[in-house]
Amino acid sequence: MSTGVPLLASRSRSEHVAQFGPLPDLSSPERRGRLIDEVERAGLRGRGGGWFPTHAKLRAVNESAASRRRLSRGRHPIAIANGMEGEPASSKDVALMAANPHLVLDGLSLAAQSVGASDARIAVHRGSAAEEVLTRALRERDDDPVPIALVLPPARYVASEESALAHWVGDGVATPVFPDRPFQKGVDGRPTLVQNVETLAHLALIGRNGGDWFRERGCTSAPGTTLVTVAGSVVRPSVVEVPVGTAVLDILDQAGGPTQPLLGYLTGGYGGAWVSAGQLDEATWDPESVRSAGGVIGASVLWALGEDTCPLVELDRVTSWMAGESAGQCGPCMFGLPSIAEDVHRLAAGAPGADVVPRLRQRLGLVAGRGGCKHPDGTARLVATALDAFSKEVLRHEQGSCSAPEHVGPRLPVPETRSLTADTARKDFR
Amino acid sequence: MSTAEHTLVLDPITCEGRGLCHLAAPELIELDEWGYPLLPGAGLRATVHHADRPAARAAVDSCPVLALHLERQRQSKTTPL
Repeated sequence: MSTGVPLLASRSRSEHVAQFGPLPDLSSPERRGRLIDEVERAGLRGRGGGWFPTHAKLRAVNESAASRRRLSRGRHPIAIANGMEGEPASSKDVALMAANPHLVLDGLSLAAQSVGASDARIAVHRGSAAEEVLTRALRERDDDPVPIALVLPPARYVASEESALAHWVGDGVATPVFPDRPFQKGVDGRPTLVQNVETLAHLALIGRNGGDWFRERGCTSAPGTTLVTVAGSVVRPSVVEVPVGTAVLDILDQAGGPTQPLLGYLTGGYGGAWVSAGQLDEATWDPESVRSAGGVIGASVLWALGEDTCPLVELDRVTSWMAGESAGQCGPCMFGLPSIAEDVHRLAAGAPGADVVPRLRQRLGLVAGRGGCKHPDGTARLVATALDAFSKEVLRHEQGSCSAPEHVGPRLPVPETRSLTADTARKDFR
Repeated sequence: MSTAEHTLVLDPITCEGRGLCHLAAPELIELDEWGYPLLPGAGLRATVHHADRPAARAAVDSCPVLALHLERQRQSKTTPL
């Protein structure tokens, strides 16, 4: 599974310190508080997909730990760096960890200290290209005030969801949990901070250079730079770093531009949204602008779909995979997503029968908001936005034809599709 | 008896789709095509007005796996995330 993005050689710890300087000292409570203030001043928002304000999460873990200590002599919080990169179309987290493992680990160290954590983990998928580089990087660090260990949860889509990650670190089961949120009750009931690895890399730089420095780039609502995975029908599939708020067309240019006329884009990832070509021409790459254009910035994936590719055939492949990635815990996800995937498959195959598209639209409205995590919501949005963005192609398929039957363009990366049963789900998530 | 509004809460992970809540309170809870409960508004939380409280209570009591709860609505939510 790959988006075709090459990985850079990683920096050693000494090269890293020579470039970025030493980490700030957070040994006093005042300094830890000041770091969170700087993160707030920076306006850093989480780069894992939710774009939630990072300082609010840090404070929530702190407050949750403080109230716990009053009730009982509770255990300390734990911090987890989320390097799972569950989105198959995203490469940015692995690219970052491969090139700058110590920047991510510095950020984890600062974040863990700022919430008073007693220990920390960095989590990457089993089989991730980042495993080796992180193992090596951790051997170069024996001075972290909060000990950091590498953990390897199973390579399942929903295992990257933060409650699933906390569940795996605590109990060895990588399934989402409801309704407790990790910042309140995560690993073994402890307040748990989960932050995406790119967020932590930004935090490491904010800790050194301050919040005002961070705000020099990016936009007011989302300062700083962001990594973007640009792939599909572009000349050079790449991970690029751009100021948040960069014009989408400029980002495409940085990947060499489109290789052919485009039909549309997949934005955000497989839990993201399709938009038709032209819809993003005026948009900038920040959460609000992409949303106004009908897309989702999410995990910062921009996949260009060329005219030689049938969007419904691609949708079929991805929807089937997403259905198989359900943890099998909630009915509307476990049964709804395979039903949706079956309808999409009939549509992609052509001449599905008059009842299929209306039934599909109805089912899409029935699964969102009814799961313990957002997996059904993301999958429903992926399908619903495709039906809208490619409505002409939907009509063609309903009539039994297809505008790109040869389907020669780059394919969206889809790992092995699983057929879900309760038994395999239980085994697969350990 | 209080007239405060209540919220019916469904835990979708615990729910096994037995359907007894629908039998107990058909006016409040429908079932989807897969046999899982649809609360009013089709989410995991639904406001229950005073008049519907007995039905909601019946639905909660009928669930063999304790997937439904009735919560008294708080004035303000403090959950930041």
